[in-house]
Amino acid sequence: MIKRTNVKLMVLSIGLIISFLSHAEDGAYVIEAGHPSLKELLLPATPPSPTDNPWTQAKADLGKQLFFDPRMSGTGQVTCASCHFPERGWEDGLTTAVRFGGKVMQLASPTMINIGYNTIYMWDGRMPSLEKQAFVGQGIKADISAGMEELGVKEGRHIERIKMVKGYQTGFAKAFPQEPAETQISRETIAKAIAAFERTIISNNSPFDAWVKGDKNAMTAQQVNGLKVFVGKGNCVACHSGPNFTDNGFHNLGLKSFAAADHHKGRMTQKPTHPSTDGAFKTPTLRDIALRAPFFHDGSAKTLLEVVEHYDRGGDVKTNISPMMQGGLGLSKDEKLSLVAFMEALTSPVKPFVYPVLPQ
Amino acid sequence: MSKKTNILILCGTFILGCMLSIQSHAAEYTASQKDKKFNPEKLKIKVGDAVNFVNDDNTAHNVYSESATNHFELGMYRKGQARKVVFDKPGTVEVECLIHPGMKMTVEVSK
Repeated sequence: MIKRTNVKLMVLSIGLIISFLSHAEDGAYVIEAGHPSLKELLLPATPPSPTDNPWTQAKADLGKQLFFDPRMSGTGQVTCASCHFPERGWEDGLTTAVRFGGKVMQLASPTMINIGYNTIYMWDGRMPSLEKQAFVGQGIKADISAGMEELGVKEGRHIERIKMVKGYQTGFAKAFPQEPAETQISRETIAKAIAAFERTIISNNSPFDAWVKGDKNAMTAQQVNGLKVFVGKGNCVACHSGPNFTDNGFHNLGLKSFAAADHHKGRMTQKPTHPSTDGAFKTPTLRDIALRAPFFHDGSAKTLLEVVEHYDRGGDVKTNISPMMQGGLGLSKDEKLSLVAFMEALTSPVKPFVYPVLPQ
Repeated sequence: MSKKTNILILCGTFILGCMLSIQSHAAEYTASQKDKKFNPEKLKIKVGDAVNFVNDDNTAHNVYSESATNHFELGMYRKGQARKVVFDKPGTVEVECLIHPGMKMTVEVSK
């Protein structure tokens, strides 16, 4: 006859074994709504700000106006939002960007969604911060003023326009009260305000987030299966990692456009002595990806299924391709559709965007 | 054997002995790549020592340095693979990953 003490010990041992098996080992995720191993995939409520540009509502409000203000451009007709539409996933819905005047660029407009959580910026990583990007982006040769230098438009003309607007004088004084009057409206303060606004463009309450927080019904069975493929057989998490689903790294995915002699060199533009970086581009976030067709840095995939098919076959152009692409994935049709469904679950509820009233 | 030959043999033996002595004192260290970080992030070694860069991560890395004293690129490799670098000059070597710019470590090489 088994003693009561022995039975208790057996039950305790079995409980401990079950607990051990269900706990994540070596960083692996346990695919269960609310499991602690998944909590690291939740974004902080707000992105960090640098110490020399602490976030304030006044800066963000000002930055929002500047982001949508055509007076910021050389022509007076282009804004940051001309390529970053709120209603197009903060991209432009085009295969690749088209500048004012009609020049078709080699790269797609990247999203602004969750950009404040990134650590390096632009497809080739040439910008170390949002402030630097917004500073350089005001240059006469930059995108929103492209072609103006040839017409004799002077560097910094937009600052003179902004300074003349009474509403901006008030706005800059409110946003930068410590700044001396003579430098309160400058290329630098404009950049800081725009960066502060960009840090408010956040997607962090998708069905996936609700499921991670414990709502078992937030994702469908197909979406949960897609998550399993994402972290398992598909190993998408190798590059689309962390709460913003990007490693901020650079990878060559073997897209067909890489075969062109004049292909964009991507990261190699910043690391010219390292040919291994030729054709490597920054991993974008997958948050709200379903709102951001077409896909890839060259816009070559029209649907998320086309994206999955690309990875499943191991890419197209094998020269310089990432080792993570080699061999393909061997996914079944169900697994591919589940992956697509999971990516759709990364979409936060879409709210109508309120455009700013521009100061006069 | 002439006196000259004996001296030559002695010198050769002495030089060979020194080389073997240096080699036998050269150490090998391990720098692991895991969770897109190096471990350790700071290493102090001596001239002639080697560092074995081991990929323990679920993604490929490409370890490199553009430091004046030790300039190298190990190429992209995946989990389970390792590549070794012998540091043969003194100085501070900044090591990074070409794929993941946030991955950095420093190797201090002393004489």
